[in-house]
Amino acid sequence: MKNDLAFQRHLKTRQLRGNLFSALFLGATMIGIFVLVVLMVDVFRDGIGWLDWQFITSYPSRKPQEAGVLAALSGTLWVMVFVALFSLPIGIGTAIYLEEYAQNNRLQRLIQANISNLAGVPSIVYGLLGLSLFVQALAMGRSVLAGALTLTLMSLPVIIIAAQEAIRSVPEGHRSGAYALGASRWQVVRHIVLPAASPGILTGTILAMSRAIGEAAPMIAISALVYLTFIPNSPLDRFTVLPIQIFNWVSRPQEEFGHLAAAGIIVLLLVLLSMNAVAIFLRNRYQKKTEE
Amino acid sequence: MVGESLPSLRRVRKQNHLRERAIYGLLIVCALVSILTTIGIVVMLVVQSAGFFSKVSLLEFFTETRWTPLFQPQHFGVLPLVGGTLLTAGIAILVALPIGLASAIYLSEYAKERVRRVVKPFLEILAGIPTVVYGYFALTFVTPLLRNIFPNMIVFNALSAGLVMGVMIIPMVSSLSEDAMVAVPRALRYAAYGLGATRFEVATRVVMPAAVSGIVAACVLALSRAIGETMIVAIAAGSTPKLTLNPLESIQTMTAYIVQISLGETPHGTVEYYTLFAVALLLFVMTLLMNLFSQWFVRRYREKY
Repeated sequence: MKNDLAFQRHLKTRQLRGNLFSALFLGATMIGIFVLVVLMVDVFRDGIGWLDWQFITSYPSRKPQEAGVLAALSGTLWVMVFVALFSLPIGIGTAIYLEEYAQNNRLQRLIQANISNLAGVPSIVYGLLGLSLFVQALAMGRSVLAGALTLTLMSLPVIIIAAQEAIRSVPEGHRSGAYALGASRWQVVRHIVLPAASPGILTGTILAMSRAIGEAAPMIAISALVYLTFIPNSPLDRFTVLPIQIFNWVSRPQEEFGHLAAAGIIVLLLVLLSMNAVAIFLRNRYQKKTEE
Repeated sequence: MVGESLPSLRRVRKQNHLRERAIYGLLIVCALVSILTTIGIVVMLVVQSAGFFSKVSLLEFFTETRWTPLFQPQHFGVLPLVGGTLLTAGIAILVALPIGLASAIYLSEYAKERVRRVVKPFLEILAGIPTVVYGYFALTFVTPLLRNIFPNMIVFNALSAGLVMGVMIIPMVSSLSEDAMVAVPRALRYAAYGLGATRFEVATRVVMPAAVSGIVAACVLALSRAIGETMIVAIAAGSTPKLTLNPLESIQTMTAYIVQISLGETPHGTVEYYTLFAVALLLFVMTLLMNLFSQWFVRRYREKY
């Protein structure tokens, strides 16, 4: 009887502790979401009043009322196009090689280990690589091309890993079936693996690219200049991007520039949001197609 | 008929064979880009920082406690930058470890599928916010808030940058730890429940110990990410290299120093310019070692079922 009572009391405290921690775990999970909401509200409250057509269509200016993001926005779009152009074929090509061609040999293991280490290299180090290699050694100057190549190298590991996962999820039976019909390796890749893996590849790639577009650190090393009053006309022109423009405005002590920074952040978030929307749209469309 | 189709079939085969070879070559070239990137990074850092280490000894670099390359008298002790980096990253991990781990436990052990489907995208958004936005948030929102509590805190300080950086790496700690916990077999949980354990006891005494290799790896990766993080500290933590443990003071991290020099007009070829690469080399080695450690740790201590 006495033991039973002690057990009951002990059980009560154990259950109480369990409930207490379950509330605590839920609370901890909510902290991240709470901060996200506060951050969004803070940015929108500071910036929405400064976000108008004039802000989109003006060059930076010493007078906050006249300043805008035209140069930075167009620079970001230029860089985005070129990063996609370079990183998609190289990233998907590497993933195909690793998943479909390389037998578990030394070269494959070396490349694989190398990619996971590259994914952990700080972005600013890629910036210095771009500065030494593209800007200086290859004499591209502080151009759109140099910036895009730098971001390409930075985002490749993430793109490769995402593409590999998508390729790996294609059932082995599909491949065997095609091989049995006499298809060559490339025919299997081109007609069986890639169509089935493309939704996953596209989603992963666009997400990785949107991360790259939001990065300021490597771009600062490439394009130190922030006071540009023209739009790049060719890949070899100088450029600036939204994150650099935002950083420049944040660093100024006057309050008006803080509002400009917030308005610039809203524009940047809208660009990233539309990229993600495209990713989701493409995924849904392709998924329907493969199901038909 | 047969005599005609055989040579044409052979021709097609030959063409196919050539095409297969060409494509194989192209794919190898793609794969080699990542190897070349690594070689590029290492060669660039070593060659460029040789310009620095030919003028400044390793001893001074690692033992001198002042970092003043931009004004006279010049001192090249990297310790203040390393100290600033570890201070902000340390604050970040103090925030991200408990919160990230708790939310990983919640998502893997407590949450219903419906809740998970709502919460996880939010954490992904949190991970996708550009770091310059976090920097803005730290400087214009968190710092004023903290100054109500610590009136004599400096505008640019390690605490605010560290706290916001902690929030930034929560999703990383949480999702990697959750992956490790979800991988623990259900049978272990059922056995513990069968013995009368509460949900909390199952989570902390069965699931967490079984997933510990993944959790440790997640924390090390998150710490390495915090050490390499640039924009939050460049915006909110200041540009005063200082060896201090006081989070209310203005400091400078290694990454923030690289940004400062990149923005300035430091002429090429001077020792000031080469400090950029010496600091970056140290940063690269630190993060690489942590990444290698976490990979090794997972391999070494993974529980196999």
